[in-house]
Amino acid sequence: MSDTPQQAPLLSVHDLKVHFKVRGEGLFPEKRTLKAVNGVSFDLYPGETLGIVGESGCGKSTLARALLNLIPASSGQVVWMGRDMTSAGPEGWQQVRKSVQMVFQDPLASLNPRMNIAQIVGEPLRTHHPELGNDEVLARVRALLLRVGMSEAHMYRYPHEFSGGQCQRIGIARALILEPKLIICDEPVSALDVSIQAQIINLLKDLQRERQLALVFIAHDLAVVKHVSQRILVMYLGRVMELANKHALYATPKHPYTRALLSAVPLADPKLERGKVIQLLTGDLPSPIDPPSGCVFRTRCPKAFEKCPLEVPPLKPIDADTQVACWLY
Amino acid sequence: MEPIKTSTPLLEVDNLAVKFATPDGEVQAVNGLSFSLERGQTFGIVGESGSGKSQSMLAIMGLLAINGRATGQARFNGQDLIAMPAEKLNRIRGDRVAMIFQDPMTSLNPYLTVERQMTEVLELHKGMTRRDATARAIQVLDAVRIPEAARRIRMYPHEFSGGMRQRIMIAMALLCEPDLLIADEPTTALDVTVQAQIVALLRDLQRDFGTAIIMITHDLGVVAGICDRVMVLYGGRIMEQGSAESIFYRPTHPYTLGLLGAVPRLDHEGETLLAIPGAPPNMARLPVGCPFSERCTLADARCVTDRPPLAPAANDESVLRACHKDAVHVMQQAWKSEGAKVKV
Repeated sequence: MSDTPQQAPLLSVHDLKVHFKVRGEGLFPEKRTLKAVNGVSFDLYPGETLGIVGESGCGKSTLARALLNLIPASSGQVVWMGRDMTSAGPEGWQQVRKSVQMVFQDPLASLNPRMNIAQIVGEPLRTHHPELGNDEVLARVRALLLRVGMSEAHMYRYPHEFSGGQCQRIGIARALILEPKLIICDEPVSALDVSIQAQIINLLKDLQRERQLALVFIAHDLAVVKHVSQRILVMYLGRVMELANKHALYATPKHPYTRALLSAVPLADPKLERGKVIQLLTGDLPSPIDPPSGCVFRTRCPKAFEKCPLEVPPLKPIDADTQVACWLY
Repeated sequence: MEPIKTSTPLLEVDNLAVKFATPDGEVQAVNGLSFSLERGQTFGIVGESGSGKSQSMLAIMGLLAINGRATGQARFNGQDLIAMPAEKLNRIRGDRVAMIFQDPMTSLNPYLTVERQMTEVLELHKGMTRRDATARAIQVLDAVRIPEAARRIRMYPHEFSGGMRQRIMIAMALLCEPDLLIADEPTTALDVTVQAQIVALLRDLQRDFGTAIIMITHDLGVVAGICDRVMVLYGGRIMEQGSAESIFYRPTHPYTLGLLGAVPRLDHEGETLLAIPGAPPNMARLPVGCPFSERCTLADARCVTDRPPLAPAANDESVLRACHKDAVHVMQQAWKSEGAKVKV
């Protein structure tokens, strides 16, 4: 990538695969494999935001969890700050999780209902830095809660007393308390109302600027992803279709799937929305248990030709800003 | 069906209110809701969670929870649905008025095949035989573009994908060719590509069947694509109501402006979203004045104590708004913040 800073990547992912064994159908079922993530590679640099978009079932959340070994990868390599994590044991991952934290989609479900806010936000600190005294932990929790827009009065209250937006602020505080280098946000705003969504997005962007955070931002809303990311990875059925700079991706999407996805986003402008041409995709998403041969998108692709079912197109750079996995390029 | 006078609107809602009796006292979910809908029109109802958009429509359909009570009138072809006994209402809903919901899996019966669920409606409302009803159901499934409808009609809801289930819901709603279709967040649970298919489908069906649609949604993009008129609700009250053009291009209410500014847009560049400060109101303890006053950047003392009446805007009689501030003043503020949004 041409415009990435001249730094070593924070995180490098090479050909990562996450396969699940599932039962087949029938009386004597054959074991089958669900390929949730099937050969994903990318680099992430300090301070940047990588957006991951795709429809439900494309493997974006599985990918996020595999990056943290919350779901073990079947094969491939995750390199965290130069350290290959492939053979790392639980202790190795414990070290990594100090600097990589996660924010989840359902803000209330991701907070323990039996713990008060001070306990929830302080817990990572007590786990990873047991040497810190109680006063020190509370002082840090207090400072951070104020930073994310909560007040001191909230510290000894419980998650059910808060709205969705407030719970998400608490979740963000919990992710930030260890001063991580990377936060993986899995659909952090999709459960929130529009006005609250904007508050949380603005908060995340401010925090990122302030603390030089890298973000992996997973969402199905392409407008939200455009708003927060520098680079965007488009996934379909466990594979990367396109990886490009934001401006290149939204101005000149290369992959037919990216084009279809972008044209389907409704614009909040009646004249534009009614005038635009939508490339409607026909049919449904194929099953990840039995994906199409060759390019996985070919069954719904308006431009598929003879080569597409035969060979899997590799993800290759076509210019300085864009990598695309398509036989058209 | 009796012939209907073309002069009366299809649906006239007049001062609709919904109250819930809760252990914490009475909650006013919807207040003073009035609007009318012509045949073949699409009417959008926009608002955040708790704004009363779903409850107002459930009230019209007689589907409120047991502790809910609706007052006011909703005249459908001149007959008031609110006061109507359930028996009479049953002849209208499902037949003349149909509703589709956000989550198709919980609205379809998992124990029955699609065929049984669809033919039941026709046998009940149209007195068709099972054979005719099945033929008609297949026809409608074809119309909503379910491939191999004749075979798949014998399948159960869990055998379909989310987008297909929503198509089945729409097909069921359209079986009797209703005059009015109420769609409550019909695309919220779906992916954008499927959403685009469903919206296109609704648009086509409206053209072919002339159905009027009430579209409840929080997605302003969907509203922009399909609605003729739009009503913006907040705290159970109408904030602004007007044509889609006026709401999107000339919003005169601070809340409408806030909503439009808070949505990240594909067609705009901008660094900071104009978030509305604070959180949606607690419906059990609404402010005495304007429900939006707590979060409104333009609010003054009067907004907190006096509730603004819903009145035509000074610059455009077709727009109704509930705000003490002058429409032109609010729009100037909008222009300023829009400028800021582009600049940053």
